[in-house]
Amino acid sequence: MARIEVPMPQMGESIVEGTVSKWLKNVGDAVERDEPILEISTDKVDAEIPAPQAGTLVEIAVEEGETVEVGTIVAFLDTEGGAAPEPSRDGEGEAAEVAEDEAAPAAEETRSESKPSDDDEEGLSEEERLKQRSTPVVRRMAEEHGVDLALVAGTGHAGRVTKQDVLDYLESEKEEVAQEEPARERSEATPDPQPPAPQPKRAAAHAPSELWSTFYGEVQNPEFPVRDADEVKTMDKVRRLTAEHMVLAKRVAPHVHSFIEIDFTRVDHLRRSNKEKWASRGARVSFTAFVVWAVSRVLREFPMLNATASGNNIIYRGNVNVGIAVDLDPGLIVPVIRDADHLSLVGIAKAIVDLAERARERKLGPAEIQGGTFAITNPGVLGTMVGLPIIPKGTSGILGTGAIEKRVVAVEDPVTGQDAIAIRKRSIFSLGYDHRIVDGADSARFLARLKELLEDFPDDA
Amino acid sequence: MAETDRAPLDIEVRRLGRVRYDRAVELQEALIARRRDGVIPDQLLFLEHPHVITMGSGAKVEHVLADAATRERMGVALVRSGRGGDVTYHGPGQLIGYPILDLKPDRQDLHQYLRDLEEVLLRVVSGYGVEGRRTEGRTGVWTEEGKVAAIGIRVSSGWITSHGFALNVAPDLSFFRAIVPCGLADQRVTSLEHLLGRAVSIDNVMDRTSVAFGDVFGRTVRAASESIPPEFVR
Repeated sequence: MARIEVPMPQMGESIVEGTVSKWLKNVGDAVERDEPILEISTDKVDAEIPAPQAGTLVEIAVEEGETVEVGTIVAFLDTEGGAAPEPSRDGEGEAAEVAEDEAAPAAEETRSESKPSDDDEEGLSEEERLKQRSTPVVRRMAEEHGVDLALVAGTGHAGRVTKQDVLDYLESEKEEVAQEEPARERSEATPDPQPPAPQPKRAAAHAPSELWSTFYGEVQNPEFPVRDADEVKTMDKVRRLTAEHMVLAKRVAPHVHSFIEIDFTRVDHLRRSNKEKWASRGARVSFTAFVVWAVSRVLREFPMLNATASGNNIIYRGNVNVGIAVDLDPGLIVPVIRDADHLSLVGIAKAIVDLAERARERKLGPAEIQGGTFAITNPGVLGTMVGLPIIPKGTSGILGTGAIEKRVVAVEDPVTGQDAIAIRKRSIFSLGYDHRIVDGADSARFLARLKELLEDFPDDA
Repeated sequence: MAETDRAPLDIEVRRLGRVRYDRAVELQEALIARRRDGVIPDQLLFLEHPHVITMGSGAKVEHVLADAATRERMGVALVRSGRGGDVTYHGPGQLIGYPILDLKPDRQDLHQYLRDLEEVLLRVVSGYGVEGRRTEGRTGVWTEEGKVAAIGIRVSSGWITSHGFALNVAPDLSFFRAIVPCGLADQRVTSLEHLLGRAVSIDNVMDRTSVAFGDVFGRTVRAASESIPPEFVR
């Protein structure tokens, strides 16, 4: 008879236990694979737990209303369909363990701190004893890492070895190996008769999660003393949200910036020669419009810059929605030009004028400032040479455009091939990118392609 | 990225209007089964319930303050619900959102899912200039004036979500006096309308919630291509 365990499942990283709220099946009931057999509840969540395989429910190890740690066996299934419940010796051991645990919570502390005494569990094999001290999840984990569970101090329920204990043990082992003689080797097959009983490094082990919650927690701006002549004003909503966004954005993404100098001679020429034609179509085509047009085309070739890191995933955005930073003086807002890669140069120019005007009149709808997949900011408009912009949260890149200025540059005469000095309109662009998902070479290729497109801007854009 | 890669990431939004609680449960069960079989993409249901007090799996009977006669007079039903959480009230003016999402393979973390729902609601209220916040250990969205949104979810075999959130847009807040909301005796309940001191269109809230939902979950949200069988919606 194949007897399989049904453990309390792992329902989330921070969920360590669950309460059995309801058994949907009774002992002796046949169950289909994936058929719900019980319901558990944690906090605001109810979850149905499906049978891992088809079979017969032969034993319920945790009663309704009881709360147990993730990984604890809650039931046993007989997968070969023996209808009558026939708990094996093994099963009795497990069931008894749960009952004993409930009855003797006071024993927890002592057991977890001291080395388990063999005398307490006489008559049990090493394997059975280890089984009592751990869950299948932990045993599997120990197996994967080649950890002898007998050496691990258990801090879980009734001295059980938890996942964290194994992690702590691995960590302490690593440190020991690093600090002590490299020659000191542990034999997994023959455990040291006097194991050094590694103290779980609780503080160290908890540090990452605390760091994590601080990291993503609400932004706390430190406070400073006010002096006599000072004036104190409460931040308005835009300021507060901007502040919070900036802190989070800068914290989360490792920022790297790369620069390139771009010649705007051709764009400048196109702007001037088409000014009247565009004006007759009601458009004022700014340098920014050219940049948005070029960027939205180039982004299609560089999906990692039109993306975001999300947990352990990368979300490549299906649309190219370019956010344009607009100065509200005071304040800043970033309206979004949706599907910019599908708009013509004139279409983009009109969108920019419209969004910027309504932004200054504070008339943008919430949808118009959301969903950006890449952003452009133009510190150059006020004469700044270049900036190091912060990448908006949920995106992977931002372009900063510097002032377009006349510069004296060395050029090559296209006819004679001779070097010459010329006066050209040029600008320095900076690309800020999230180094988690964008490599330096990607950014270099992106900027080179952008330069190429802007310096040889098509007539029919 | 090819179109075919994007399609299954879409979330279909359905605006169902006013739906009786038990019918909404039936509808969700039907959609869960269809989602599990891969017949439909993820769903986001928007609706309102007629007056009803629901008891989640963690509900304590003493948190229902109104006795049967009082409930009868108020026209409030009392039902047990398969969601997590304590006692709550639903009624007209409250936007109910029931996401039917398959959390496999990359979102199998129920606490994260709760935090994501909170994030959606925080963004929505923030869009109205209301400063919402989380309260450690008390799932939901809170403001200076009290709780503005409640969350309670269920996950069925195969990590498919149901139930979801209730955002108080403009409900008659006096109905909350019939219960101890979420078992928290010391907490007040408020609404967007109360916080803003002006009328708020529930359709507008749905629009904003759709957008926020898509952004938080990194998905495209679009109107459902096919309508719900009429027997579910009365």
